[in-house]
Amino acid sequence: MLELKNISFSAQNESGTREILKDIDLVINERFVAITGPNGGGKSTLAKIIAGIYTPTSGQILLDGEDITDLSVTDRARKGISFAFQQPVRFKGITVKDLITLAAGRPIGIGEACSYLSEVGLCARDYIDREINSSLSGGEVKRIEIATVLARETKISVFDEPEAGIDLWSFSNLIAVFEKMHEKINGSILIISHQERILNIADKIVVIADGRVSAVGDRETILPELLEGRGPCRMLSNKL
Amino acid sequence: MDQIQKQLLEQVADLHEVPSGAYNIRANGSSAGRNTTANIDIVTREDRDGINIIIKPFTKRESVHIPVILSESGVQDMVYNDFYIGEGAEVTIVAGCGIHNAGDRESRHDGIHTFHVGKNAKVKYVEKHYGQGDGNGKNIMNPTTVVEIEEGGYLEMETVQIKGVDSTRRTTTARLGDGATLIIHEKIMTHGRQSAETDFTVDMDGEGCHTSLVSRSVAKEESRQVFRSNIRGNNRCTGHSECDAIIMDHALVSAIPEITAAHLDASLIHEAAIGKIAGEQLIKLMTLGLTEQEAEEQIVNGFLK
Repeated sequence: MLELKNISFSAQNESGTREILKDIDLVINERFVAITGPNGGGKSTLAKIIAGIYTPTSGQILLDGEDITDLSVTDRARKGISFAFQQPVRFKGITVKDLITLAAGRPIGIGEACSYLSEVGLCARDYIDREINSSLSGGEVKRIEIATVLARETKISVFDEPEAGIDLWSFSNLIAVFEKMHEKINGSILIISHQERILNIADKIVVIADGRVSAVGDRETILPELLEGRGPCRMLSNKL
Repeated sequence: MDQIQKQLLEQVADLHEVPSGAYNIRANGSSAGRNTTANIDIVTREDRDGINIIIKPFTKRESVHIPVILSESGVQDMVYNDFYIGEGAEVTIVAGCGIHNAGDRESRHDGIHTFHVGKNAKVKYVEKHYGQGDGNGKNIMNPTTVVEIEEGGYLEMETVQIKGVDSTRRTTTARLGDGATLIIHEKIMTHGRQSAETDFTVDMDGEGCHTSLVSRSVAKEESRQVFRSNIRGNNRCTGHSECDAIIMDHALVSAIPEITAAHLDASLIHEAAIGKIAGEQLIKLMTLGLTEQEAEEQIVNGFLK
């Protein structure tokens, strides 16, 4: 269980200090939680605070009751938090197999590495020895990124807009990946998404707008409001 | 051969035992073993220190190992090795130099390797440099490579210098005939106060010849690196050089590329990039549970792999 208590985050820019997150209170205990809301609302910032990439200005983060607010990215990863970046980084010289092995945290065979790739819709044989460099397309690195999180099999898996940069055909497969994870996982999947089809399989939906939680509840309650353009967030319904 | 010498041999030539095929092992300035085959002859030179390696035309799938090891402090070694690769031969040549310097005196190996690659011959040349030692004596290596490739010949050269060499100046000059190909992959890592300079000059004289020079390096701590390349397109040809460096700590890296076209159909490209490890790369690996230092090692190892 992941608990966020009164999380606030401010960043400096040219015009002074800007408050990006204001007093976020959330409990993530369900198997599949979707975070949605307009662009610039603070969703990605919140995900990075969970992974430890950003340190909150104030507030507390608890993982299974343990305060992890001051833990580094590495320590949080070791305690069971995984993070899939919205824009995955490339590495000259590091192969897909290397990265998946690092993600698994133990030596794994070709067969196992391939199984993670197949799950994200990549023909494993064609990719396993390729370097994660600029010869791979945006959609390919994105799927490899998701495969690294699958290989970690951790309690908390955070995905920042997994659908961004993935074509429509692959998107159907991506939904299948998350449905399968949903069945298997012994913990929580937390997905930031604008996609109705992802929100559709969520147990709980959190809407973040203007740095605050503007709505939270089960799918049956929140989704109709979003789709009808009533409720907390009109910008989002336009996107959907 | 003692333990230190065996260990050096393993580092520079991946050899655990005496190699199969032709070999010549040079230890502390003199010969420590030699084997020739029906197709590959190794002859001691009479004009100066060194050997001639003569590979008969159409020799297929054979290899030559010529490692050099220096395990006594203060050895100053200078050799001239000439390779004559006959028409249509296909061979792998593994050279390399390992220095173990436990004393206070400077150990130095300068090698001048000259390759005469015959018509349509295909050669893979691997050269590794490695230094170790717990003394204050410096390990110095200055390899010079001279390459002549005849019509349709092919030379692929892979050079690696990862550890323990305090100062190196690598000079490679090449002249390519019609349809000849020269591929060079260089990998260098320097640390401490080491310095490494590489200098490539390729004369593309033959019609339809091709070269690709790729250097990847990592400079750590206070070390300094200089990369110079000059590709001269004197005929219809394609040439490409690429220098890609990661800079860390207080190191200094210079890339000085030069391409000269003296023919309308010479097509030459140079790419150079120097930069530190991207913060996003470190963070990605840290989200997989690696510490910052482990992440840095993985990135450097991958880059130099």
